[in-house]
Amino acid sequence: MAYIPLTASDREQMLRKIGVASVDELFSDIPEDLRLKSFDWLPPSDERETLSILKGLAEANRAAAEAPCFLGAGAYDHYIPAAVDAICSRSEFYTAYTPYQPEVSQGTLQAIFEFQSLICALTGLAVSNASMYDGPSALGEAVLIASSYTKKQKVLYAESLSPVYLAVVRTYLESGSIELIPVKTARDGRVDPSDLSSKLSADTACLVLQNPNFFGVIEDGAALKKILGPTMLVVCADPNSLGLLAPPGSYGASICVGDCQPLGLPMSFGGPYAGYLAVSNDLMRKLPGRIVGRTVDCDGKTGFVLTLQTREQHIKREKATSNICSNQALCALRSTIYICLLGKTGLKNVSCACLDKAHRMAEAACKNKGFSLRYTSPFYKEFVLDCPSNAAKLAEEVFNRFGILAGVPLSRFNPQDSNGLLISVTEKRTGDEIVGLSAALAQVAGGLK
Amino acid sequence: MKDRKYLKSHEWIKPDGHVGISDFAQKELGDIVFVELPEVGRSVNKGDSLGMIESVKASSEFYSPVSGKVATINDSLTATPELVNQQPYENGWLVQITPSNPAEMNELLDYDTYAALAEAGGH
Amino acid sequence: MKEKLIFDYTRPGKTGVLCSGPAGSPERHLPADLIRKDYANLPEVSEVETVRHFTRLSQLNYGVDSGFYPLGSCTMKYNPKINEKTASLEGFAGLHPMIPDSLAQGALRLICELQEYLCRITGMQACSLQPAAGASGEFTGLLMMRRWHQVKGTAHKNEIIIPDSAHGTNPASVALTGFRVVEVKSNSQGWVDIEALKQVVNENTAGLMITNPNTLGLFDGNIRQVADIIHAAGGLVHYDGANLNAIMGKCRPFDMGFDIVHMNLHKTFSTPHGGGGPGSGPVTVTKELRDFLPGPIAARSGDSFFMDHDLKHTIGKVTGFHGNFAVMVKAYTYIRMLGSAGLKAASETAVLNANYLLKLLDQHLKRDFPQFCMHEFVLSGRELPNGVHTLDIAKRLLDYGYHAPTIYFPLIVKEAIMIEPTETESLETLDAFASTMVRICEEAAANPELLKQAPVSTPVRRLDEVNAARKPVLCA
Repeated sequence: MAYIPLTASDREQMLRKIGVASVDELFSDIPEDLRLKSFDWLPPSDERETLSILKGLAEANRAAAEAPCFLGAGAYDHYIPAAVDAICSRSEFYTAYTPYQPEVSQGTLQAIFEFQSLICALTGLAVSNASMYDGPSALGEAVLIASSYTKKQKVLYAESLSPVYLAVVRTYLESGSIELIPVKTARDGRVDPSDLSSKLSADTACLVLQNPNFFGVIEDGAALKKILGPTMLVVCADPNSLGLLAPPGSYGASICVGDCQPLGLPMSFGGPYAGYLAVSNDLMRKLPGRIVGRTVDCDGKTGFVLTLQTREQHIKREKATSNICSNQALCALRSTIYICLLGKTGLKNVSCACLDKAHRMAEAACKNKGFSLRYTSPFYKEFVLDCPSNAAKLAEEVFNRFGILAGVPLSRFNPQDSNGLLISVTEKRTGDEIVGLSAALAQVAGGLK
Repeated sequence: MKDRKYLKSHEWIKPDGHVGISDFAQKELGDIVFVELPEVGRSVNKGDSLGMIESVKASSEFYSPVSGKVATINDSLTATPELVNQQPYENGWLVQITPSNPAEMNELLDYDTYAALAEAGGH
Repeated sequence: MKEKLIFDYTRPGKTGVLCSGPAGSPERHLPADLIRKDYANLPEVSEVETVRHFTRLSQLNYGVDSGFYPLGSCTMKYNPKINEKTASLEGFAGLHPMIPDSLAQGALRLICELQEYLCRITGMQACSLQPAAGASGEFTGLLMMRRWHQVKGTAHKNEIIIPDSAHGTNPASVALTGFRVVEVKSNSQGWVDIEALKQVVNENTAGLMITNPNTLGLFDGNIRQVADIIHAAGGLVHYDGANLNAIMGKCRPFDMGFDIVHMNLHKTFSTPHGGGGPGSGPVTVTKELRDFLPGPIAARSGDSFFMDHDLKHTIGKVTGFHGNFAVMVKAYTYIRMLGSAGLKAASETAVLNANYLLKLLDQHLKRDFPQFCMHEFVLSGRELPNGVHTLDIAKRLLDYGYHAPTIYFPLIVKEAIMIEPTETESLETLDAFASTMVRICEEAAANPELLKQAPVSTPVRRLDEVNAARKPVLCA
């Protein structure tokens, strides 16, 4: 049998030692009527066959390598340096478990410490944890922190928050008494300041702001924080944008979350990614999940340990800050290596390239008759293109005729929004691809009309 | 330590309202790394949780021996929680309560009764 | 043998990998106040230095590929290399989650078939692969219970019963979903105490969550009765699949009376633990609960596959997209390799290995339960001589080149040592580990300082966790 290294004589010797005649005797605690009579529903396959089955399934998909990908909405086709894969394939990293024995886990622990440090540097906040499942679940936990810290139950959120994030936040709040209140998006694509002022009250725990928001628009965080005053600001940010954009800590965010996918993680049909969650110092003990701290060993040597563990489920059980146990450590390691490889200037270059190419794409697309930018505010690597006809049909046609994944139709989230196409442009998209999409849109739109 | 009264859950209270935990309790907890204290001015009933005392791998609540208001808290525990280990009866006090019903003090255990209970409950 | 922080390698002007050319000034597109005033304080290190730094860090680690990893309750079985290869196929790794279903037929087929396999293994009728880890699966199951009671008009039910031997995530998940934890104690046999259960069940009982085999490594033979008692009170029963590796092909949670099951693909189905994640915590349920699952779930229509969003009572989404898809690819690969007979053999061998190791050790360390164990067992270090504790045994094992077992869990056994060898270990490995354990027990008697000073041969020795928590340094 695959992966079982016992021989028939090993088994006999072991059964003799235990003092039973058969393995079935070891299962005698299972009542007779619960025992399965047969369990035969899938033949085994050898490694070559298995690989060929899996290759067949993989090839039945349209991956980004074959089709220029302008899809975003929370997952992005960024370039991943070869060294990220090479290092993460080291099995000392990927076959280890949670660093419960720090003496033999310094590699994982130090890497997490470096991850925390990099997230603090990007967000401008003081403390980061070791990772969450993904950006949306990190935001769910962030809202719980804000409400529990302020002891307030009303949570404002910008309507320009990703519906993917909002859906998960709603699930996290399902059983509590926290009320989610939307704040309108103004015509320019940013949070409507007067709507924010009117909805702000003494019971408001926080404002949840995505920046850049779901439509790619960069919000004026500082102006919104001015309106909020002492009310907490929770920001959800694409970490790849933070090589360029002002860090949320600099405009008054107390909590910053997001998804590390744009930092060296393959799109993998939605996961695994890693959520990051950083907070200001006063919220440190409200953080969920694992945190690594620096200390010394009994000889005075520097080392790293899991710390502040009394927050966690294995100690505080029902009084823990969260139930999270396994996180996304290996994904966080990928992001750590990605950031280190790109470094100070490299990450900014990637951010700038996304910004520049997105603007070139927008400009080219808007030259086509009937296409226009929905919002006038500054944007980062995504924008909403208003199309002259149904965006979903248009995108489908662009793929069928030109093999380009044109963007995410907003009708997926809001059936009334039939003409909006959310286009995402990373540093990977070439000039030709940008021109190609623009031309394809023009031709298809002309044809459909 | 006969100048104060005790709870079975190991808290002590002095006639002036200072509250702390016993030497027995701090030994059971081990190295204390963090103390979460209540806000000043909070009203509490006898037996209400006042906060948390945490060691590396354990966390326990401590309770108010009497009803009243939290008058002061021991701010120095923020930077040096180890005071609870080092001087549980002196500088390691936790909060000071202004009792609203001083008669409750009489319902508490005296030192000898507490010590006997702690001994019996210990290992 | 120590590695400095990546930040300490910084020399201004160095960069690693170039991912894009210079893009020109961002001020052309953005007002200055939206832009960082200064570069983020990130490292400036060359590619080769970065690679060496992380390679050295990897060398400070211990994984399943380094040696025996008997961490009880974590099922640290071998992680087959073919899994890594299939998950990184470009057709999976390069697939965007928002791509239309028609362009992701292979991925949807894989998800759909994995859902079906997990239903076969647990006996259930519907599945969602969306939860990201075990605790996320618990969260999902409990929210389904909540919604179920809302739909049935029994929303007042707010108590979840869990055994005193439960993993910490169980009570934490109960609290996170707004329920109240009610603990039920175990009897001297290590099973749920039926009389105690009857006493805590009442009209507020919303359900029960239990691991079987439980965290003592024992199969609770009364499980059907436990489920019946909860059902009679109008509650639902959730199977925590942490220990599913003991029973594949031998018995099924559905037949035991469970309504909801969550599994850990990173335990039972051989996907690597990654230093703490990513895992994957699929949930399977009875047909009555299908419509409560977090959606969408994959479904078939003839030869084609689609994401079914039409779940009437769905609890909503628990992760952003479809869950940890690459982990699913690995688990699917594993199941295809083994086939159903191989899964059954895996469980039988896991139980054989555990009982064999137990036999070699139970003369040397205290054990509270006389019966056979399942895939893992719990011993106690409480009768060790010379003030030696379980922690000292664990640390001494590191000196001998092993990973330590799980210690101080479950909480109901004092000085617990929880050992799970898994089916992927050879007889030679089990024998060698057992003789090391015996030798350490002898050292505890003859030379206890060897244990109390341990480890001495690891990259660092025992670390000051007290100061780490008193004065936290969490960032460079």
